[in-house]
Amino acid sequence: MAVKTYLQAISDGLRQEMQRDERVFVIGEDVGVYGGAFKVTQGFQEEFGAWRVIDAPLSETAIVGGCTGAAIMGMRPVAEMQFADFISCAWDQLVTVAAKQRYRAGTPIPITVRLPSGGGFSGGPFHSQNPESSFAHIPGLKIVCPATPADAKGLIAQAIQDPNPVLYFEHKHLYRRIKDEVPDERYTTPFGEARVHREGTDVTLVTWGAMVYTAAEAAEQLEQDGVSVEILDLRTLIPWDKEAVLRSVEKTSKALVLHEDTRTGGFGAEIVATITEEAFEHLDGPVKRVTAPDAPVPFSPPLEKAFIPQVEDVVAGVKDLAEY
Amino acid sequence: MATGTAVDVVMPQMGVSVSEGTITKWLKQEGDAVEPDEALLEISTDKVDTEVPSPSGGVVQKILAQEGETVPVGTTIAVIAPEGGAGEEPAEAPPEPATAKAAEETEKASGAEGETPTDEKVEEAAPAPAIEEPKPAPEADGDGRREGKFVSPVVARIASEHGVDVSQVEGTGRGGRVTKKDILKFIESGAPAREAAPAPPPEAPEAPKAPAKPTEPAPAAAPAGAGETVEPMSAMRKGIAEHMRRSLDTAAHVTTTFEVDLSKVVAIREGLKREYEQRHGVKLTYLAFIARATVDAIGKWPWMNAELRGDSIVVKNYVNLGIAVALEGGKGLIVPVIKNAEDLNLLGIARAIQDVAERARTKKLVPDDVQGGTFTITNPGGYGAIHGTPIISQPQVGILDVEAMVKRPVVIEDDTGKDAIAIRPMMNLCLAYDHRLVDGAYAAQFMRDVKTNLQTWDEAAY
Repeated sequence: MAVKTYLQAISDGLRQEMQRDERVFVIGEDVGVYGGAFKVTQGFQEEFGAWRVIDAPLSETAIVGGCTGAAIMGMRPVAEMQFADFISCAWDQLVTVAAKQRYRAGTPIPITVRLPSGGGFSGGPFHSQNPESSFAHIPGLKIVCPATPADAKGLIAQAIQDPNPVLYFEHKHLYRRIKDEVPDERYTTPFGEARVHREGTDVTLVTWGAMVYTAAEAAEQLEQDGVSVEILDLRTLIPWDKEAVLRSVEKTSKALVLHEDTRTGGFGAEIVATITEEAFEHLDGPVKRVTAPDAPVPFSPPLEKAFIPQVEDVVAGVKDLAEY
Repeated sequence: MATGTAVDVVMPQMGVSVSEGTITKWLKQEGDAVEPDEALLEISTDKVDTEVPSPSGGVVQKILAQEGETVPVGTTIAVIAPEGGAGEEPAEAPPEPATAKAAEETEKASGAEGETPTDEKVEEAAPAPAIEEPKPAPEADGDGRREGKFVSPVVARIASEHGVDVSQVEGTGRGGRVTKKDILKFIESGAPAREAAPAPPPEAPEAPKAPAKPTEPAPAAAPAGAGETVEPMSAMRKGIAEHMRRSLDTAAHVTTTFEVDLSKVVAIREGLKREYEQRHGVKLTYLAFIARATVDAIGKWPWMNAELRGDSIVVKNYVNLGIAVALEGGKGLIVPVIKNAEDLNLLGIARAIQDVAERARTKKLVPDDVQGGTFTITNPGGYGAIHGTPIISQPQVGILDVEAMVKRPVVIEDDTGKDAIAIRPMMNLCLAYDHRLVDGAYAAQFMRDVKTNLQTWDEAAY
């Protein structure tokens, strides 16, 4: 057990997977010589060689397409998009080919696509997005959004071993800011099991990724006001732990979904709809969302702060629901 | 410009124990002109069905409670704007500001009366609203939710599972809404499920109530089976149901039946009928004779006109005689009260019966008319019944059931003291009394005197 940053945990998990499974290789823009834009793969090329840590041309289509072909041939590729925003270029390879190959031909596509995502550092509209809901809508893809270093490590191993295309959303704002104890040995964290980040009785707050910490800070403040918040960190969106959410809502009868992604069609809408469908008779208030507004992510720091849900936004939203 | 202000119409208090009323029919619609004291709507409570007069003249500006809605006493149900001033806001915040539409309707209304609106009139009505910005309705906030009244799914489910009336639970949510925590606390505190709807009259504060049944499920709308139709109980029906059940749970009912020979009453009625009708406009019924004879006998047997109040026997020196009146179409039963019936002679009591029966059927009774009874007479004999076991109207002690007058062969003694069989107009009188207070001998002697009064009717005395 050692204290590691979120970034080191991803790196650690990826390295152990490459050490134990020769089919695993890494491909992406500047992942080799440079060690990756965020240095997740620093030292990987020295350790595993240029054939397993491949610097790709600036073509996301080629990266994902190449991974898909390699997977069909029995490999377990791990692609890095330099920023999650750039995955739109690989949409066709991912959505049309990789996601449907198993259904069309029975061929497993065990690829992992790492997606540095999220804002909070004035990255602007092309370097700050959280496009998870676009892919959650595509049958055949799995979506992973770790929030803690321990989950980051366990989930990257699970993603690599999963026989399906997995989108691994790693939040850039957590890379070096979040440190925690991470087991040294290799382990996997199962998909579809939410983590109770904080127990509570008054309001269920469902979230994932960096928003887990915003929620936790809000919950601390709300505790002073006598509102007890239960925070569920979903950890994976596809599959998502519906049972855990419904169980918590049955206890609290009030639910709020918090996400950094924009509002309309965000994955929060799916969770809210499920709660109203399956826990209707347990509800004691409207199921609410706190999200970014329907707009591109602004560059300007004050505007970006206004855009990304802040602690005070969560406090206000939960309070409104608690007082309902 | 008119200078008057709008007047709120509120759900009237129709009796001390009545807490709410149901609007059965609006006789005026929004925009209709209305005179002061003109009937505005019909309401139904568990005690009485009645018309509500308009508190002022003007135009019905806004109807705030719709037909079929049940609202607490004192709730504003409509707003009457002064004629020509429909657009003016009353000094205190009205439920909704007037809009240009209201003014339009005012114009329409005056047109409907057959008046041609002059230019002057149009000017009077139009400018006021024109300068007012319509404001959002105050009862809804940005989310469109209504304050206070909303019962959330989880509260509805818990209420249904535990048979709790949500309106009995104190709400701590927004606008007083009952939250899940509120209803769980209410149940944990052991609060009774579904209290009997109308409280017992204040004269009987310790009258025992029907025991609460916490496990009884809430009365959901019953599903209709094949060949069945389902309709909700009216407020009056619910009131009767609750009262009858409570009375049987309260009093020790015993019924005793007396046979009465009405030969003399028939003869006297034949003689007086025409005179009553022509000189006084009063129909002389057998019921009037029986009522008069009963009130007279009560004078000698005061416990028949008493009440058990806790451990005390409360005897009244006045007789407020309730007369049960069936409403048309099986819609229910109402018991208007003839106050101080001991003051009335045969003519007076006949007139009083005619008056209350008429007003009961035309829904013109006022709350005072149905309160404070001390003894009740019911008259199913009009439909041919010859025996019954009536239920006492609480907190009274007795109810006299008047059966049909039937010609029957009876054994009589003739003038020479010999037995003979004669055809006589016979009537059964069935008295139900509360054995907690009145014993059999007492009740029988009371009935014996009623019988004697009728069989030996003394015209001079009555």
